[in-house]
Amino acid sequence: MSDEIRKLTMPKWGLQMQEGTVVEWLAPEGSDIAQGEEIVEVETEKVNNAYEAPFPGRLRRHVAAVGQTVPVGGLIAVVAPESVSDAQIDAFVAGFDADFVPEADEGETATPQTVTIDGRDINYLDIGTGDGAPLVLVHGLCADLNGWMFNHPVLAAGRRVVALDLPGHGASSKDVGDGDVAFFADTLANFLAELDIGRAHLVGHSMGGAISIAFALDNRDRVRSLSLIAPAGLAGDINGGFLAEMIGAEKRRGARLALSQLVDDADLVSRDMIEQFLRYKRTDGVPEALAVIAAANFDGDTQKTVLADRLGAIDIPVMCIWGDKDQVIPPAHSDKLPAGATVHRFENVGHLPQMEKAAQVNALLAEFANESE
Amino acid sequence: MAKKTIREAINDALRQEMERDERVVVMGEDVAGGAGLDGEEDAFGGVMGVTKGLYGQFSAARVIDTPISETAIMGMAAGSAATGLRPVAELMFCDFMGVCFDQILNQAAKFRYMFGGKATTPMVVRTTYGGGLGAAAQHSQCLYGMFTAVPGIKVVVPSNAYDAKGLLIQAIRDDDPVIFFEHKTMYDLADEVPDEAYTIPFGEANILREGSDVTIVALGKMVLEAREAADKLAEDGIEAQVIDLRTTSPLDEETILESVEETGRLVVVDEANPRCSIAADVAGLVAGGAFEMLKAPVKQVTAPHAPVPFAPELENLYLPNADKIVAAAKEIAA
Repeated sequence: MSDEIRKLTMPKWGLQMQEGTVVEWLAPEGSDIAQGEEIVEVETEKVNNAYEAPFPGRLRRHVAAVGQTVPVGGLIAVVAPESVSDAQIDAFVAGFDADFVPEADEGETATPQTVTIDGRDINYLDIGTGDGAPLVLVHGLCADLNGWMFNHPVLAAGRRVVALDLPGHGASSKDVGDGDVAFFADTLANFLAELDIGRAHLVGHSMGGAISIAFALDNRDRVRSLSLIAPAGLAGDINGGFLAEMIGAEKRRGARLALSQLVDDADLVSRDMIEQFLRYKRTDGVPEALAVIAAANFDGDTQKTVLADRLGAIDIPVMCIWGDKDQVIPPAHSDKLPAGATVHRFENVGHLPQMEKAAQVNALLAEFANESE
Repeated sequence: MAKKTIREAINDALRQEMERDERVVVMGEDVAGGAGLDGEEDAFGGVMGVTKGLYGQFSAARVIDTPISETAIMGMAAGSAATGLRPVAELMFCDFMGVCFDQILNQAAKFRYMFGGKATTPMVVRTTYGGGLGAAAQHSQCLYGMFTAVPGIKVVVPSNAYDAKGLLIQAIRDDDPVIFFEHKTMYDLADEVPDEAYTIPFGEANILREGSDVTIVALGKMVLEAREAADKLAEDGIEAQVIDLRTTSPLDEETILESVEETGRLVVVDEANPRCSIAADVAGLVAGGAFEMLKAPVKQVTAPHAPVPFAPELENLYLPNADKIVAAAKEIAA
């Protein structure tokens, strides 16, 4: 009956992650867990997050105790029906431990690369292979490709997935030209051409959503599907106060206040997340880039680029994911999408569903790409 | 991201600022690296090899080899800063500051104040400090406390390569005299350091580890010892919050006080002698600003009030280390 025993292992969140520490078990031993249910709090060097069950079942054994540090891929829990005896689970755990070899540092094999697009260095991470069209991940304002750390490696299990740092962000050049949505969409178009990506499934978050829509409107033949996560560009209103705080934050306290508005559970904002954000803000050229982007895209509480009306005219499958507690862009904007669009609304989730509900968002993105192939 | 040593990170900062601003010049003993000898130019780059490659890129007008005269180096730096350049002077060992102290204490530090804000002195002095190399009493001291005591000077003591680059760029762009202390045993320590230029503001301590049982404040090389101590304490169930001061002038008083308000216990670690030290300064700050939050006496882990010994066995005993920090923390937090 051992084939009924299923293992839960330490997830790999981002390329740098080698190990994680169990902070708290959210699902007790003996409980029935649902797919996507948060079962354990894990802390890494970079982030704290809840690990969501990849499949349903009865959680029989916490293999990793609270406070224990486990390498990526190491056993943290066992799921099995009651028909499986404790002795069989003991044997399963012992067998796993005997065979388990922590993977070598993958960072060596999957490192970001750089291409020059319109005279700017564009940093990107290109991982995974598969038969389908590549998935392309487009981040939002003040973010970078590391913002997809919970999604990129998982999605890359089934197809090629490319995430880029937009100009002015991450390790890409900090010159942002006009800084408007059209500029970023042009950069995206030339970037995809340079990488010989003919047709892609686009995934855009926040400002990256507006950029993805703008790209799709001008390049209908190059887009297989459009997945929009809390996207900008659907209607006028946006939280201008938040944007000013995020762009203006210079120190830890201000950064924490700004970033905590991005998520429903402020505990998700780790010390490292704040540190990385401040490091970004303190890079030469970034304050100027953000000022240009802000002036080009926002006027107080108003977005300057609204594209929803034109989206209905093009025949591309559209999915939209939004958290009901989004404090940056109102979730009601999904009403502006064309009638055929699929809309998923998550409860008690803020502006970062791809991080706050990573497992469920990953499942939706993978499924939508497969359906739209 | 590429890993770079502290030596490479400092070289990065110098090169990028020299590329960005032609007023930035480097001066010091052998900074050109063997200049004056045919075919030997740019061989090494200062006694620690930090300025290697700068002479070849920027030539003799901006990478200036000086005589063995600290007074000349410091006078040239202060004078050229007051008249429009942004010099970065290298002083081989901070122990030699005595030779040129007036140039800093009574000249550079006072210009802005005494000229009513009409003059600035945007100079940086890079210098080495610290024990552990068996370099004896005249080449091993930690003198950042003396400069911290002088108003008009900013003092930086980085603990890692990322901070070294960002803090040095900040120092070069700052309009006041900045003394930048580099630990002579740490140049080969590597960290992820971006190729791009970036800054770290002065007066912002870095919280390197969260913990609610005891605050460990450290600077420079002692940050490494504090982190090691925190790991050892964690094995015994004591969670330490580790704070890296990064700059001692300005001092991030707020972060220190907030941390002690949370933990109620403080260990300050300073490689310098104990009297009139950064350790004493931080202890005094907490006694005045968070006394009612303290659950135990403040502990200072420092070198003794004695010159740095030459004999390796004695120097080992002399220097603060992780075990001494652990012992101090356990006295108040166990």
